[in-house]
Amino acid sequence: MLILFCPHCGVEADETELAPGGEAHLRREGPGSADEAFEGYLFGRVNPKGVHFERWRHAYGCGKWFLAARDTATMRVWGTYPASEAGPPDPLRDAVTADRPGWAWRDLGGAA
Amino acid sequence: MSTRLSTGGRLLDRSRSLRFSFDGHAAEGFAGDTLASALLASGRMLLGRSFKYHRPRGLLAAGVEEPNALVNLGEGERMEPNRRATSVPLRDGLVATSQNRWPSLETDVGAVNDALGRFLPAGFYYKTFMWPGAFWKSVYEPFIRRAAGLGRVPKGRDPDRYEHFYAHVDVLVAGGGVAGLAATLAAGRAGRRVLLMEQEGWWGGRAGVDAPEIDGMTAPAWIERTVAELRRMPNVRMRLRAQVAGIYDHGYAVAAEDLEALAPGRHEGPRQRLWRIRARRIVAATGAIERPLAFAGNDVPGVMLASAVRDYLANWAVSVGDRVVVVTNNDDAYRTALAVHRAGLVVPVIVDARPRPEGELVQRAREMGLRIEAGRGIAKVHGRKRVRGVTLCALAGEGSGLEDIACDAVAMSGGWSPAVHLWSHCGGKLLWDEAAALFRPDRDRPPRGADGEPMVLSAGSADGALRTADVLASGLLAGAEAAGSDEEPAPLAAHDAEEGPILPVWVMPQGASPELRRKMWLDFQNDVKVSDVELAAREGFIAVEHAKRYTTLGMATDQGKTSNINGLAVLSQSVQLPIPEVGTTTFRPPYTPLTLGAIAGVAKGDLFQPVRETPMHAWHAAHGAVWEPVGLWRRPWAYLREGEDRHAAALREVTAVRRQVGMLDASTLGKIVVKGPDAGRFLDMIYTGVMSTLPVGKCRYGLICSENGFLIDDGVVARLSEDAWLCHTTTGGAERIHAHMEDWLQCEWHDWRVFTANLTEQWAQIVVAGPRARAVLERLGGMDLSAAALPHMTWAEGMLAGLPVRVHRISFSGELSFEIAVPAASGLALWEAIREAGAPEGITPYGTEAMHILRAEKGYIMIGEETDGTVIPQDLNLGWAISRKKPDYIGKRAQERSHMASPLRWRLVGLETMNGSVLPEGAYILAPGQNAVGQRNTQGRVTSTYYSPTLARGIAMALLERGPERMDEVVEVARKGADPVLARVVDPVLYDKAGERLHG
Ligand SMILES: [Zn+2]
Repeated sequence: MLILFCPHCGVEADETELAPGGEAHLRREGPGSADEAFEGYLFGRVNPKGVHFERWRHAYGCGKWFLAARDTATMRVWGTYPASEAGPPDPLRDAVTADRPGWAWRDLGGAA
Repeated sequence: MSTRLSTGGRLLDRSRSLRFSFDGHAAEGFAGDTLASALLASGRMLLGRSFKYHRPRGLLAAGVEEPNALVNLGEGERMEPNRRATSVPLRDGLVATSQNRWPSLETDVGAVNDALGRFLPAGFYYKTFMWPGAFWKSVYEPFIRRAAGLGRVPKGRDPDRYEHFYAHVDVLVAGGGVAGLAATLAAGRAGRRVLLMEQEGWWGGRAGVDAPEIDGMTAPAWIERTVAELRRMPNVRMRLRAQVAGIYDHGYAVAAEDLEALAPGRHEGPRQRLWRIRARRIVAATGAIERPLAFAGNDVPGVMLASAVRDYLANWAVSVGDRVVVVTNNDDAYRTALAVHRAGLVVPVIVDARPRPEGELVQRAREMGLRIEAGRGIAKVHGRKRVRGVTLCALAGEGSGLEDIACDAVAMSGGWSPAVHLWSHCGGKLLWDEAAALFRPDRDRPPRGADGEPMVLSAGSADGALRTADVLASGLLAGAEAAGSDEEPAPLAAHDAEEGPILPVWVMPQGASPELRRKMWLDFQNDVKVSDVELAAREGFIAVEHAKRYTTLGMATDQGKTSNINGLAVLSQSVQLPIPEVGTTTFRPPYTPLTLGAIAGVAKGDLFQPVRETPMHAWHAAHGAVWEPVGLWRRPWAYLREGEDRHAAALREVTAVRRQVGMLDASTLGKIVVKGPDAGRFLDMIYTGVMSTLPVGKCRYGLICSENGFLIDDGVVARLSEDAWLCHTTTGGAERIHAHMEDWLQCEWHDWRVFTANLTEQWAQIVVAGPRARAVLERLGGMDLSAAALPHMTWAEGMLAGLPVRVHRISFSGELSFEIAVPAASGLALWEAIREAGAPEGITPYGTEAMHILRAEKGYIMIGEETDGTVIPQDLNLGWAISRKKPDYIGKRAQERSHMASPLRWRLVGLETMNGSVLPEGAYILAPGQNAVGQRNTQGRVTSTYYSPTLARGIAMALLERGPERMDEVVEVARKGADPVLARVVDPVLYDKAGERLHG
């Protein structure tokens, strides 16, 4: 049972307060997109064992969406940030890199 | 015979005797007894029957690891099956019965399975119950069901109360033995908030029994002093009879507190309490569990763990037998021999598998004149319901008897296994300690918390420390580490006997014949023997997890606490791999079974789930409502009059709306206000149609799709002002659609200036529908409701019956209809005012069933009836509600995919049965031929089906392949157990096709 810090209201929220929202940083493909691109957006998920970026909603709290950087195997959480961010903030990336040199996720990654 | 000694028993209060009964026989014990110790004291060794062979079973252990002594505890509604007699404190009037026997424990018919044992080997179920398939229902399943399960399910509702407790602490210490006490001391002195939990009813664990010297005093004195010191610390909380049952991610722990056991017979309040704990660090000081030895007949009642034999002696002054043979591969069991001897009982022989035992305890036994047979094993145990004797053999041989020795009990020890369960629940890894022959926590691979730091620290014998000084040191260290303290805790001196090395012995004797191996039990509850594990290995089940499931080793209610290590060691020998390469099975919570009552807590009965009620709920209840649950809401399905059944009531209500006027509580409809400079643009993305162009004062029907293109909700949108829209959703959709809007707003278009507010509960809503609707409402006075002032698909604010209202001219019935929103607090007042005003017309309250029939007669779709998550608006002929001009909306791109645009999709039609009957709900429309697995092909399904009182016939809506192109065609609709029904494909709008009635 996870605890995640909600960056909007500043609460250490228990998993029972949260709703999971799957993979973070998906880029929406709308009308006019190629079939392959749209398929990737709609169905293609990375589901890694290790470093992952994912969406959570503080559903039974402030109601806001945020994103979390988590190791899906060890449950290590490097941090959370508002869902409006286009990518993980630099200090967070550095924290992941310090812990998991050479990590890679989608087109993100850290130096080995 | 087992019996009570005249003196001793450190946990007993001999001044209070308690009466109890077992299988109807009355017996007596003392306060401080467990049910197990009291039964032993009264001479009872036979306590149950095993699961598969119905072998006689006595006590093996004295603690939670006990696999055999499971009883039905209590009577009637309070009866609880599968309770371990070792964990039940005795109380006056306690009633227990044995399990898994018929007609009685002494004479059990199922024991015939034992004689057939050779024909019930590992994997028997899988091999036997394979085919023919038809045998499953009639033969195999009844057989397995009769054989399965040990206890009986209690009848009736559990009358007791249970509760949940939440706790947030810095350090949780699991286990109140000397290691746990030392850890608590260290963390407590460092000022941390500490919670210490101990599963038994006393502190100090087994140190009170073996009484080593600690800090210059006897262990019991040290325990007393330490507990007193901890009690003085305001930052330390301590609980007895509370077991930390499971560890989960991020320091979440679940513990079960047995409040009933804290005050046996005098207990009030909740029976059990489930603790839900968040701890920054957890110290697992859960002790170790002694292993049995695998020799033939090791399951005969009277063969017990050596530590249990001396626990019964020291704690409860119970002698398990007059002549106790001790069999061991380590020094610790000598403590049992010495204790039995000191109690004035006879130890005929200590059978030691080791060729040259020579520890301090061994020396002491020699000095006392006890006979030690080194390099020997037990070839077999004599007796069936009770040990009568043993035959000795050479450990290295095949089991030829050297000597028969009469005895009535055998105390065995195969060494100790650290209780690594809590360490392992959340991913902590183990390493095999070759010298000590045990798995212990690998400190380099601990379970880690959210911060990446070790979350669980293991201490004491749970960490593999078996000597008292090491146990205390590791406890102090773990406590200080968990507290994050830099200071090294002051060490505690301790002394106990020097011990010689253990000799791992997994099968006794080593060259035992197959005949003997068939009598060597590993799992006593599930009847898994050495021969079963070996057979599994021969048949290819060489992975430990496979062998476990094939043999059922460790799958009983005790989860293999005494059998897992022995089983995997036998497997390792069979497959000739070292033990660490075979590995252990996964340790899963809970450590011992939790009751369903504790898990449920107060969430039962009325508190199981919240029920949402509209402001008019009580009125409905008082006027004959029968309820339909819709989400958490309760809506009136229909209002029953005297002598009316629910279907007659619904038909009456439909007719009243069509002919006169009816009223419906629509308060449950979702009402979401969307407001802001970008609200119009946002709603154009949310809905398939255009909402930005809707003039203020007007209403428009809208469809909401998921990004996959599927229709997920519908409803009428009213434009309230230049920058605000009111979006009605379905009853079940309010929260879901509000969350859907927020998701897109926050995550995709986060720079758009829009606010959403779910105001569903702020407004009550009443539908007044029927030809006389306007006439009724006009009597309330306050606003102009004429067709000119308030035409169809408009809304207006004003006063009705002196209450502030917003009146929408929208219709879900096809009749002239007003949907009136009023602040929730005034909902009932308006409802009653309308009812009174409509009295001349006999205004009829109607429920959801009438609402459904009315909308189905009009061909209006219903989310969840016509849609099932795979239906797009185009399937429902709702293309008119989809904007072709908009460049984008959620779901638009998906609806362009080839499958979505296929001409062969199932699309909405009406169906009229040729004979006027009502079609079954969900029925398939048949197509010629069969599919690849021999099922009849289908080409559509019935989505809504009712008897229409208006048309006096069955009506239905259905999705049919190319449906709208096939008007007037006659199709076959499947029925269960009957011939298909013929139905004609028709326009789904079956009543008032021109739509004139809704204008009034
Ligand atoms: Zn929050």
